[in-house]
Amino acid sequence: MTLCYAVAEQLRPKAEMSVPQTPSQTIGPFFKPSLVRSGDETLARRESRGDRIVIVGRVLDGDGAPVDDAMVEIWQANADGRYDHPDDLQEKLSDPHFHGFGRAATDQHGCFRFHTIKPGQVPGVGNVLQAPHINVSIFARGLLKRLATRIYFPDESSNAADAVLNAVPIVRRSTLIARIESTSPQPVLRFDIVLQGVNETVFLDV
Amino acid sequence: MTAPAGYRRAAPGIHPPYDHRPYASTHKRAPRHEPTRIEHTLSEITGPRFTPDTFGPGDGDLTRFAGGEALGERIIVTGRVLDEDGRAIPESLIEVWQANAAGRYAHDSDQHEAPLDPHFSGIGRVITDADGAYRFLTVKPGAYPWRNHYNAWRPQHIHFSLFGPSFATRLITQMYFPGDPLLALDPIFNSVPDAAARERLVASFDIEVTIPEHALGYRFDFVLRGRRATPTQS
Repeated sequence: MTLCYAVAEQLRPKAEMSVPQTPSQTIGPFFKPSLVRSGDETLARRESRGDRIVIVGRVLDGDGAPVDDAMVEIWQANADGRYDHPDDLQEKLSDPHFHGFGRAATDQHGCFRFHTIKPGQVPGVGNVLQAPHINVSIFARGLLKRLATRIYFPDESSNAADAVLNAVPIVRRSTLIARIESTSPQPVLRFDIVLQGVNETVFLDV
Repeated sequence: MTAPAGYRRAAPGIHPPYDHRPYASTHKRAPRHEPTRIEHTLSEITGPRFTPDTFGPGDGDLTRFAGGEALGERIIVTGRVLDEDGRAIPESLIEVWQANAAGRYAHDSDQHEAPLDPHFSGIGRVITDADGAYRFLTVKPGAYPWRNHYNAWRPQHIHFSLFGPSFATRLITQMYFPGDPLLALDPIFNSVPDAAARERLVASFDIEVTIPEHALGYRFDFVLRGRRATPTQS
């Protein structure tokens, strides 16, 4: 019996959380010269595969006032739905000319802009394809930790079955879907980020 | 197909809440709705990577800028980037920004009446080595006033931005200095609910890191989220 007990002890999975995490703190108002360089908002190069899109938006606070000191980052798959990362084990084409990361600071009107391509679909839980989406992080003075959300695309039939969209109450789901601002000379999609209040953007606990 | 495992959730009390009354800027910026918890997919377990090959050499020496030497007390800040299992996170980008020795940022919107230093930009970036180690040479930032409440002063601090291996591990934080009397009064430092977690934001002075006749040494490790034990079926 003693032996059985000892073996059981050895087989017990190692406890998680052996080293505790470092807490988050706000980015503050003075990050821009260090973190944001010109060109960081352009993900699509001339050689990148896929349909060019421009994403524009504003970051607004609980009074509807522009947040002029936010940083918005995006991370997305390439046109075939593959991430440029070793943990993406899919047998899909990589794109040496598309990395998938972009960063922008908001201007005095709270506006940001990205030049990118529309991502392909990537698998989600249970290997079910997710609707095309772009992952977003928002940092700002007054945000003690990152806010995360996703940009989905309008007129996309796969949105109906997307697990993340379906996890959101239907009345708030539209905050995750970009609007078509214009279509020529290239598609421009609008994605406003409302931090608080009426029409508050759905944020994700990732 | 089995995708690699997702990342663990932080224990309660480690990260600040969005709504923290003593920090005035949270009042109009903290969301009122709870964030929607989602399971990790490829979108969360992948993330941008920056290697010396793709990113170019970093700049870990903030003490020389525009052809001259920065004023102030030279310090070394060094440590490792680890996950919750104590594993090194190699080739991980660390970006840093800070005020100069007088407590002034080289930033247009910093209106504090303290002198700018033409030889200090307060900007640095390095990539961790194979052991997850990093090192910056800089000057100790000054404390500075802010308008959060009457006679409010930020403790001396350095801002750090880290990516880790995934979208889920992204972290921006601040490092403080031991023995700073302003820590007890700072709403941002004290926004971290758990006292032990808060203390992990304070660097340790280390005589072994200190270089004789040159610079005081501080040690500061970062711990990012660890992976779950079991892979997610995806």
